[in-house]
Formats: sequence, C-alpha cells, structure tokens
Amino acid sequence: MKISEIRGTGMRRVLIFAAVFCYGIAGAPAAETVTVYVSNEKDNTISVIDGDTYKVTATIPVGQRPRGIILSHDKTELYICASDSGHIEVLDLKTLKITKTLPSGPDPELFILHPTGNPLYVANEDDNMMTVIDVKKGTFITEVPVGIEPEGLGISPDGKVLVNTSETTNMAHFIDTQTYEVFDNVLVDTRPRVAMFTKDGRYIWVSSEIGGNVSVIDAKTRKVVEVIEFAIPGIRAEAIQPVGIQISGDGKIAFVALGPASRVAVVDAKTFEVKKYLLVGQRVWQLAFSPDESKLFTTNGVSNDVSVIDVKRLKVVKSITVGRFPWGVVVK
Amino acid sequence: MIRISFMVCVAALAMWAGAARAEQGNVAVVRIAVLSQLVERPPALSNLEVPPDDSGLLGARMAIMENNTTGRFMKQRFELREKIVPVRGDVVAAFKELVGDGYRFIVANLSPGTLLRVADLPEAKEVLIFNAGAPDDILRNEQCRANILHTIPSRAMMADALAQYLAWKRWPEWFLVVGRRKEDRLFAGALKRAANRFGAKIVAEKVWAFGPDARRTAKLEVPVFTQGVDYDVLIAADEIGEFGEYLMYRTWEPRLVAGTQGLVPTTWDRAHEQWGSAQLQSRFLKTFKRWMNQLDYTVWAAIRAIGEGATRSRSNQFKDIADYIHSEKFVLAGFKGQKLTFRDWNGQLRQPILLATPKAVVSVSPQKRFLHQRTQLDTLGYDKPESICRLN
Repeated sequence: MKISEIRGTGMRRVLIFAAVFCYGIAGAPAAETVTVYVSNEKDNTISVIDGDTYKVTATIPVGQRPRGIILSHDKTELYICASDSGHIEVLDLKTLKITKTLPSGPDPELFILHPTGNPLYVANEDDNMMTVIDVKKGTFITEVPVGIEPEGLGISPDGKVLVNTSETTNMAHFIDTQTYEVFDNVLVDTRPRVAMFTKDGRYIWVSSEIGGNVSVIDAKTRKVVEVIEFAIPGIRAEAIQPVGIQISGDGKIAFVALGPASRVAVVDAKTFEVKKYLLVGQRVWQLAFSPDESKLFTTNGVSNDVSVIDVKRLKVVKSITVGRFPWGVVVK
Repeated sequence: MIRISFMVCVAALAMWAGAARAEQGNVAVVRIAVLSQLVERPPALSNLEVPPDDSGLLGARMAIMENNTTGRFMKQRFELREKIVPVRGDVVAAFKELVGDGYRFIVANLSPGTLLRVADLPEAKEVLIFNAGAPDDILRNEQCRANILHTIPSRAMMADALAQYLAWKRWPEWFLVVGRRKEDRLFAGALKRAANRFGAKIVAEKVWAFGPDARRTAKLEVPVFTQGVDYDVLIAADEIGEFGEYLMYRTWEPRLVAGTQGLVPTTWDRAHEQWGSAQLQSRFLKTFKRWMNQLDYTVWAAIRAIGEGATRSRSNQFKDIADYIHSEKFVLAGFKGQKLTFRDWNGQLRQPILLATPKAVVSVSPQKRFLHQRTQLDTLGYDKPESICRLN
C-alpha cells in the first residue's frame, strides 16, 4: 500500500485500513516472513523476493532454461525444472545453493509433488512422457506415455489421481497414481496448459491457451461441466490466452492468467462468472498465492516483472523487476 | 543421444501398442493421401540447401504421428498414403486412383493448373483437397473452388507481410528487381499491390536479364544495375533463386535486400522458436534428422487440420470431418501464437507470416499498427471485400 493512496482516500478509509492492518498483524502467525521465488527462463536464474518489502534480495544462477518451480513438502528446498539442462535442480533455501540434481527425463517443464511430499511427477515436454521420481532417494521410479507435449500437472488432494495436459493432443489425461495407468482422457480446447484441482477435489480446471478458455472438469464423471470464456473490451480475442490458474482454499474465487492480454481474470469459482480483469505486466503466465492468500504474485514474461495483486481489494499494488522472461513462481 | 533415441523408440512402441490395442476395440480409420508431382528443378544457383526430395512428406509423417497420438485416446487411427507422380506423369490418373481407393482427404503439392484440373474432376465432388504447394492468388480469387482449402499462404499474404514491416520501419521507397519467370512476375504483382496498400512506392523496376547464373559476374553487373536510383530497399522477385542471393553486398549504394532473398516472408523457418514452436522443431529434427521447411509445415498443417476435425467431431466420416473444418468452431494450433482458422470466403488458412533472414526471425506480421475489424490476420492477402471468390 502506497502512502499516497491512503492520503487520497480520506480519514474513514485510513481508519478502516488501520483496523484491517492491525487485525492482520494480530491474526498472522508470529514472524512468518513471506518469500517469493521466481524462475527467469532466459537468464538461467532464480529471483528471491521479500514478500513484504517487494525487494529482490538475491538472484541465484541455476541450470539452463529454468521453468517450473515447486517447494519441497517441508518448504526447505526448491525444485527447479532446468529444461535445457535436462534435469531437476534442488536449491537449499537456507544457503541458497544448489545441493543436488534429480533425474527427470529430457526437457522437464512442469511438475507436481504428491501431497505427502513424495514422489515428484514431471512432464517431459519434448518426449511425450511423464516421469515419476523419488525425491528422497533421488531416483527414477517409472515413466508414463502421455500425449504430445505434456505440460500441466494437477493432483487430487487425496493424491490418488493425477491429471496431465498435453498441448498438442488437446487432452487432460487422468492417471491412477497407484498403477500409473491412464484411465481416462478428456478432450479440452486447443493447447491446454495448466491443470488445477479445487481444494475439495471435486473439479479440475484446465486452461486452453489457444482455445482461449478454461474447461472445468468434474473429477467423478470426468465430463466438462463448464467452459469459462473471457472477453476484454479493446483487446483482440486472439490475445486472450489463459495459462496459470489459482483457486482460493475456500473455493470461492479463482484467478486466471491471460497471457498476451496482460490481464488476470477474477472468476467466481462457484458460479464460474468472470467478475473482473486486472491489468498486470505483459504476457502473464504463472500465478502463486501467498500462504495466507492475501496476495497473488504473477510472472510477466515480456515485461520482465512480477505483479502483486491484493486479493481482498482486487487491485494490482506493485510491480517488481526480476530477470528476463520470468516463468514460474512459488511463495513460501 | 542414446537416451533420446531410446525414448523415441519407447514412445513409438507405446504408440504402436496403443494402436494395436485400439484396433481390437473398433478403431475408426481416417485415410489421408499426399499427392505430389515432381518438378524439373532448374540448376540451383547456390549449392547449399538443395531442397530435399522428401519436402512435404516428412511434414505429413510428423502430422500423422501426432494425429495418431491423439487418436490412440479417441479410438481413431490415421493412415497416410504418399503418392508421388513423376515429372511428366499422369496426376489425374493418380488422383482417380486415390479416390477409387477411398481417399477423401487429399493434400496436394501441385502446380495451380494441375490442381484445378483434379479439383474439377467429377470424382473430386466428395473430396476435400488441401493446397499445400501453390501460392497463386488466382486460386483464392477467380479460380477458387469449394473443394479446396489452402494451407500455404498466397503470394499476396507474403507480400503484405513484408510491406507491413517495411512500412513500420519507414522504408517506403522500393527498387523492384524481377526475374524472368512467370512466378517472379506474379510475386512482383503481389508486391506492387502490397506497396499500394501499405503506402510504399516502387521508385524503380528492372528485370534481371543476365541469365541464370550470376555467380562470377554479379560483382560487376549488380553495381551498374542498381546505379542512379534513390531507394530504401532492394526488393527481389526471384522465386527459384537465380540471382537474388547475389544482389546483397553488391548494390551501388549500401542498401538492404528483401523479398525472395535477404529478408524473406515465409510461413515456417528453422529459426522460428516462439510460441512453443521450439518443441515442434526439435521433435521434427530428432525424428527425421533434418529441419522442417515451409512445405513440410503447410502439409503438416493440412493433416493436423483433418486430425482436429476428426477428434472434435468424434467421427471418421468424411462429411462430419469436412463440416467441422468448415465450421466456425474449427481452430488449428499452428505454433504461431494464436489460433489459425480458414477464411470462409475463399478457404485460405489465416496465419501470421514470419520475416526471416537465414539464421534469425526478424519480425512476425501482421504488424501491430495495422488494425482490422475482424482479425488482424485479415490485413494479409485478399480480404473479404477484395476477394472475387464467394464460397460463403
């Protein structure tokens, strides 16, 4: 919140703000600092951002073409898909040093951890495979043939079902995590990117980048129950290319990154109605909530920055310069 | 590398196994043919980059593999037949044979005259032909056909793409050098139309009449040839590459070359890596050990369009697939950063055009400042009000 904004809005607002602010302090767990990690695809670095001051505190050199990033279950490590290096790097978040690499299969792009913290499921974009890795032992478990250009991975809250999107096959593949069998395939719109389960496990949201919409799939029947479309005045339809999705823990609100439209759509996650479009940096792809879901961080690939969205007020409050082509984002 | 080929083998085996499994459970087959006629190639001026004999065919094989990966989940199988007709061979007979064997989707790499001859056969009534090889604008205008869709951009689209970029650069004065062949005159015509549309001016126009090989003589001839004209860019219309490469660095004034050589409009180039195309490029290179070229791409796009039609209509029936491709719902993901669709008035696939030099993509048209009420892609080539064709 900028001082100038408070000054301009009158005393009443200031009081409300102060009240909210104090409540925020009282309600938050003591001394929990928020840290944001961003992978810079073209710089081969990870930017570390202080989630309260919005300052970049460190820039760490990593492997070639870092894209997907994810926190370990205990949040002490960051796993990094170094796509062109063909492996996953493990960054120790205390020392900010790469401590080891994991085998991943060629061209790892995105991955997801089992809710228990192990194993790790990796989409090998160049290889039509999904690789399963034991992160504790650092070993390869198996690989599952999927569609062409596997990309997004979503896992059900109980860890039983894995959903993988394939960009050129235009499908969401449903995979049993016990048997590694693909047990269903749901056709979605063109070039699916991200798959995201709702916290209650009932629905999977899948973004279609070229199709320009989000399919909501019922996890039980595996039917598309809703297709969320977007329209922004003054923006040509082809520029609306949904990628990143985040759904709040209470299942009420969802955010969808719209790529070259440089907007994040705010969606009522119950009615699937688009409520608002927030202007962020250029070519917005991935999104991540802060742990208390009060803030949402976006990676903007073309403007080389991260936008910060105040989730309560639905306002973009800050832009933070990072490296070239910021891609993945996670918040600790 | 060993790991990579192993993975390719695993994927291929898995695909084969998947297809074999699906076969037992009522798999629907979609048959697609590629019909191509060999042309007598004039001796190439450059001994580098001789067009490979399997141009287009490898694009077809890549697309069939992709269709079959989706097909294995949809219980559909795509079969490809490659029909190559010799230089003076009978294309009409080959076409009739394909139709007789049940092929209703035919991807053609033919000269415009031959293409029309087969499209007008009574056998072609219930056939959908994809033109992947003829850029002639006449096929999108006076001589358009309801049973032809064009995945290759027209010469007008290429010329407009270049003109938009040169307009953005504010290099409006063009010196046009035209080759001695009919195709060169057609491209020169498209360039003149583009100049008129986007505010450029052709300040000089000359025909290159120094014969087919300028290798040893260009150093002396080109300076004199380009002397005494005040211009921004030298534009070459030399489709088979008889002299264009030898204009560069030899002009009287230090000027850039664009058109068929130098900065070239094309729908696919090996330097293109944006919008996920790096994946298609590396997939192609790994599988076939050579780069994907423009003809590979236009054939690939045609077969992917048929695949998309079969997947979305969930059918292997000609009418269902053709209807879907002709419908407003049809969208092709062509690694160009936006959806590709067919123009309903003349069957042309809308597509962004790359402007490439031998090792880099300089820009992609349409350029942002050229607006359009429907889609910016319709600023390239013959727009609805300009086209004489009225299929819809």
